Amino acid sequence: MYNNLWLIPFFPLVGSIINGLLGKKIKNEKVIGGLGTLMMFFSFLVACQNFFGLRASEQKVFQESIGSWMSVGNLQIDWGFLLDPLSAVMILVVTGVGTLIHLYSIGYMHGEEGFYRFFSYLNLFACAMLFLVLGNNALVMFIGWEGVGLCSYLLIGYYFEKKSAGDAAKKAFVVNRIGDFGFLCGLLTLFWALGSKGVWTMNFIEIGENAHLLESGGVLITVVTLCFFLGACGKSAQLPLYTWLPDAMEGPTPVSALIHAATMVTAGVYMIGRMNVLFAMAPTTMMTIAFVGAATAIFAASIGFAQNDIKRVLAYSTVSQLGFMFMAMGVGAFTAGIFHLMTHAFFKACLFLGSGSVIHGMHHAYHHAHLDDDPQDMRNMGGLRKFMPITHWTYFISCLAIAGMPFFSGFFSKDEILWWTFASTRGSYVVYGIGAIAACMTAFYMFRSLFMTFYGEQKTDARAKDHIPESGLTITIPLMVLAGLATVGGLIGIPHAIDIFHVGNLFHDWLAPVFSQAQQLNVIEAHGSASVEIALMILSVLIGLAGIAGAFMMYMKNPEAPGKFTAKFPGLHKIVFNKWYVDELYDFLFVNPCKRIGTFLWRGFDVKVVDGVVNGVGWVAKGIGAGLKYTQSGYLHNYAVAMVVGVVVIVGYYVFG
Amino acid sequence: MISVHHYLLLSAILFCIGTFGVLTRKNAIVIFMCIEVMLNSVNLTFIALSRHVGNMDGQIFVFFVMTVAAAEAAVGLALMIAFFRNRESIDVDDFNMLKW
Repeated sequence: MYNNLWLIPFFPLVGSIINGLLGKKIKNEKVIGGLGTLMMFFSFLVACQNFFGLRASEQKVFQESIGSWMSVGNLQIDWGFLLDPLSAVMILVVTGVGTLIHLYSIGYMHGEEGFYRFFSYLNLFACAMLFLVLGNNALVMFIGWEGVGLCSYLLIGYYFEKKSAGDAAKKAFVVNRIGDFGFLCGLLTLFWALGSKGVWTMNFIEIGENAHLLESGGVLITVVTLCFFLGACGKSAQLPLYTWLPDAMEGPTPVSALIHAATMVTAGVYMIGRMNVLFAMAPTTMMTIAFVGAATAIFAASIGFAQNDIKRVLAYSTVSQLGFMFMAMGVGAFTAGIFHLMTHAFFKACLFLGSGSVIHGMHHAYHHAHLDDDPQDMRNMGGLRKFMPITHWTYFISCLAIAGMPFFSGFFSKDEILWWTFASTRGSYVVYGIGAIAACMTAFYMFRSLFMTFYGEQKTDARAKDHIPESGLTITIPLMVLAGLATVGGLIGIPHAIDIFHVGNLFHDWLAPVFSQAQQLNVIEAHGSASVEIALMILSVLIGLAGIAGAFMMYMKNPEAPGKFTAKFPGLHKIVFNKWYVDELYDFLFVNPCKRIGTFLWRGFDVKVVDGVVNGVGWVAKGIGAGLKYTQSGYLHNYAVAMVVGVVVIVGYYVFG
Repeated sequence: MISVHHYLLLSAILFCIGTFGVLTRKNAIVIFMCIEVMLNSVNLTFIALSRHVGNMDGQIFVFFVMTVAAAEAAVGLALMIAFFRNRESIDVDDFNMLKW
């Protein structure tokens, strides 16, 4: 029954090809969008079937190969797929959320030029992402890894006639290359390291089985895992490679929801989970990951405070939440990291789609009033809950979830992460402290965006303010489904400390076959009493409430408070508003020197040296010709004399020489 | 007794006369005739050496040279008529257009 794994990436691929090649002829948006969505839905059904099959089965690891890719000596690499609890979770998230976002896109992208192009790219992305999560060896994963990068580039640059979109796409691609470089370095080093022990393999299962050949905690494994982590940093937008993700918001909103919130950016987390055996053996790397994650979480959250573009707030929030996932991975809470990945996919996709719905409505209103204002600027919103009730409620629920309010999905996953940072053998109080502060900041800026958008006095231009419609069904249905998942999605991972109904931590048990072995071998566990765990939970709820209260005080009670605050600390506001000048710093440190080198190679080397050589050859020939042309006198006798002299010289040379 | 040396000497003299004519005369027809003299001096060398060595190859070669010379005469005279129609002259100094 496990012979249909290949169908999962195959369906979106078919959709992509059909829409890409024939979409221009089909034209009918319902057919194009319907095809793309249906393909994702088929893929989702196959994923469900495999998920339930795996649940019923005793054996938890299935591999399926649909053909040999390369076979060199005793190295054999297949087009192989791997189904285990981890990839089962991932395919469900990718295809499930993917289907909803495809459905949403039909409404959101209505009337766009290149509608078919959008669906073709989106399907292609889903295909690549499924390759990434299903690949049973690192090379198939790498195809997916590069494929999602490519589709991300194509979709960020979807509005390619806009310069900012083109620049953002280039930036995403170039920054991702740095990460990909790390991934490849790690992969090849690992391949060589295992090979020198006699195991030439790229298969994840075989890597896991043979990892003990490498010295635990040794230099080699640390280097390998650090390289992989660099790859994860690029893909998952961690410090110092996060700068591309906020700019990636130039793409259409469904893209931001699917690629830059729910799926692609979590590839780094997934990859660490997939190679958990290696990472568990390298405590130094784990510590690095935990601290980088914590630093990213708090750093991105701080930038979220001062952004006025609704999508940018969500983008920095995504970076920050990814930081949480890396914190979890870094302290050995692999399950918690994947759990947060899943719940984050629900509530962040919902938030992004909600923001898309708002932008859609604002755009419609401005279009109606023939205004040219920015439909993404939260300063022009406010009071929208009257016009968009469904969007408002789903956004509200997702904000509660991301803020970690009790019994919403984010509560369970975030608390499990914080608990592990506190109590894990690989944990640290510093990481816990930073995480707790970041959680508070998350609650603050998310509710800030909620209040600025949906509550208070409406600040939209008077000509447009009464023409903001609630979005259509294709947009609101995905919102409601995702909001539902954001509400109850966490219930599959109830921690033991508050498990009063004894359902058990289903999610933890589900992923145990993947992670428990590495955790036991390397003594990674969270130890502490249930009372401490409950105390920490209450504390983090209070922290979240404090953040919400802060946002309420500043943006609802005293609408002039933020203005006063910025007036009081103009320098601080300016720095945060300008994202700590990191982009400027990178421009100064890397981009401009590269440009200068490029300019030098162009103006200095290419123009002067290369062109100089080529032109020099031309000039020499021209000069010689200019001198020698006078020998062509046009008089017959000159030529005749030359011939005779020539013959005499040659004959003379043979006779007397 | 006339030996092969005499033939070769005569041929050399003829060749030099022909060369001298080509280099000094301006009338295209005369230059042309001088070239014929040079060709025939070579023919003489061929025949003399052919007989001296006892190999008929040289004589066959002469036929070829004569054929080529006949063809050359036809083309050359046609050229000269064309020249004359252009310039009312067959003085080679008047044909100096092909230069820088």
